[in-house]
Amino acid sequence: MSTADANIVKLADLPKPQDFRLSDTERKDILHEISQYPEARAASIEALKIAQRRLGWVPDAAIAEVAPLLGISTAELDGVATFYNLIYRQPVGRHVITLCDSVSCYLTGYEQTRDALIETLGIQLGQTTPDGRFTLLPICCLGACDHGPVLMIGEDTHLDVTPDTVPAMLEAYE
Amino acid sequence: MSATDKTALTHPLTHSIAPDRKPLDLAGYQSVGGYTGLKKVLAGIAPADVQAQVKDANLRGRGGAGFPTGVKWSFVPMGEDAPPLKYIVCNADEMEPGTFKDRLLMEAAPHQLVEGMIVSGYAIGASTGYIFLRGEYVLAAKHLRAAIAEARQAGFIGKDLGGSGWNFDLHVHTGAGRYICGEETALLNSLEGRRANPRAKPPFPQVAGLWGRPTVVNNVETICNVPHIIAHGADWFRGLSQGKSEDGGTKLYGVSGKVRRPGVWELPIGSTGREILELAGGMKDGFELKAWLPGGASTDFLLPEHLDVPMDYGSIGKAGSRLGTGLMTVLDDKASLLGTLVNLEIFFARESCGWCTPCRDGLPWTVKILQALECGEGEPGDIEQLEAMTSDLWMGKTFCAHAPGAMEPLQSAIKFFRPEFEAGIRAGDSDVRAA
Repeated sequence: MSTADANIVKLADLPKPQDFRLSDTERKDILHEISQYPEARAASIEALKIAQRRLGWVPDAAIAEVAPLLGISTAELDGVATFYNLIYRQPVGRHVITLCDSVSCYLTGYEQTRDALIETLGIQLGQTTPDGRFTLLPICCLGACDHGPVLMIGEDTHLDVTPDTVPAMLEAYE
Repeated sequence: MSATDKTALTHPLTHSIAPDRKPLDLAGYQSVGGYTGLKKVLAGIAPADVQAQVKDANLRGRGGAGFPTGVKWSFVPMGEDAPPLKYIVCNADEMEPGTFKDRLLMEAAPHQLVEGMIVSGYAIGASTGYIFLRGEYVLAAKHLRAAIAEARQAGFIGKDLGGSGWNFDLHVHTGAGRYICGEETALLNSLEGRRANPRAKPPFPQVAGLWGRPTVVNNVETICNVPHIIAHGADWFRGLSQGKSEDGGTKLYGVSGKVRRPGVWELPIGSTGREILELAGGMKDGFELKAWLPGGASTDFLLPEHLDVPMDYGSIGKAGSRLGTGLMTVLDDKASLLGTLVNLEIFFARESCGWCTPCRDGLPWTVKILQALECGEGEPGDIEQLEAMTSDLWMGKTFCAHAPGAMEPLQSAIKFFRPEFEAGIRAGDSDVRAA
């Protein structure tokens, strides 16, 4: 089976964004987060992260599911969701690459790393590869400036990333 | 300096950190003196006395502003008439470009921060503590949560701690990006599940903060110092600066950019930029130091001639900049000054929360002018316009310190390197300007 076929199967398993319903586990996890605060809405960001786990992004239907748990309107929750850059309100790839473009990485050559990523992936910043594998985004300082250029792929932090190390690094992400 | 030279008395913040940065568990942390400060407090030091010791220690806020910690705490209502709910919040949203110190403390010494949160919470009579951690610090979140669970198990978090009658709970709250969350009132809005717009001050958080309750927000490094002050005393803490500064304690200093061995080190506060550069092995071959930011993107550039200025709040202030986070970023002679400024101002423009007009509209305008100058397409009057920005986007004209912070590297760059700005004005136009 080619990689492309594998991807089709995976995508078919996922619910349609408009049919998104919280699972029992997701609902339970959100209620647990809410229990840590005197006001439910304080768990907004954690709740959005939980809602984002399955698809990698937060569709409208998820906002509508989560907002009542937090006791706020869908508009208020969407206001929160669209403010923070790690909450995605449109589809992203299976792996989101966040590339630091702040001053220390600028001075240590992040632009060369960025260009290597753009060339290897065939997409610009803000775009997703046609096979849905990677989304490439800029991000502000990742707090590892002694090892610039720095980027994250999902929850993994990669240090001292140069054009030479880009291809091998990407291979680890199916 | 090797790890073995470090002791709790010389390097309180980092002595427990192994070279591989693997964190100590509760037993390991206790075996190197951990939780001594907390036990001492619970054995019968009154909250007011904890506050007094921190004040006497001359500990100043390590997040960047340098406000004396004990004084900050003293505005919190105490005693029987005080509100029953108060909060201690740790600002662990480390996102100031060029800064990588709190990551080390949280990943490699999580129990130290947990102990600091409990002792600081005790000092202000807080009922709950929240560590507001940036979402990208995945490993720090894991280590802190594990440390909190261990501390709770050991009876350091919970009800009637040490028989004192004081109850305290502690949580990790992770963010989802945005630099503005580091502004303390924006952080409180974010923690409450709102957009991270700053709040009007007054009222200050110590009086009306999280959910309208008295709240203290302190930086990670600040809070990590607190248990050591209690364990070893204010006199000892003041002496850690070894006469290099009137401020007390050690400081995590570091450097990034084109240096041989970028890194972070715990040194007496008041150590100099030159000492830090030497620890980093100096500039890489073929690169000369042109200028440096002493403590993050929102601090004014300094020059090589400032390398012997003590890196403390007062001295760096007198030299025309701010200590900020104390992590230097070096600008080398091969880098483009205007390119660096474009990079810095794009960052600030992108991270503006959009709440007030000078910041929301002024920062992108600043970027546009700098980009024109960078490619030699500047127009006569551009430099004067940038200078006007450094006044129009300054304190008092904006809602918070975000835009003023953005103006600091810009105003100092114009002051030190004006010819490079002038060279960016279109050739034909510079004649007109001269006339």
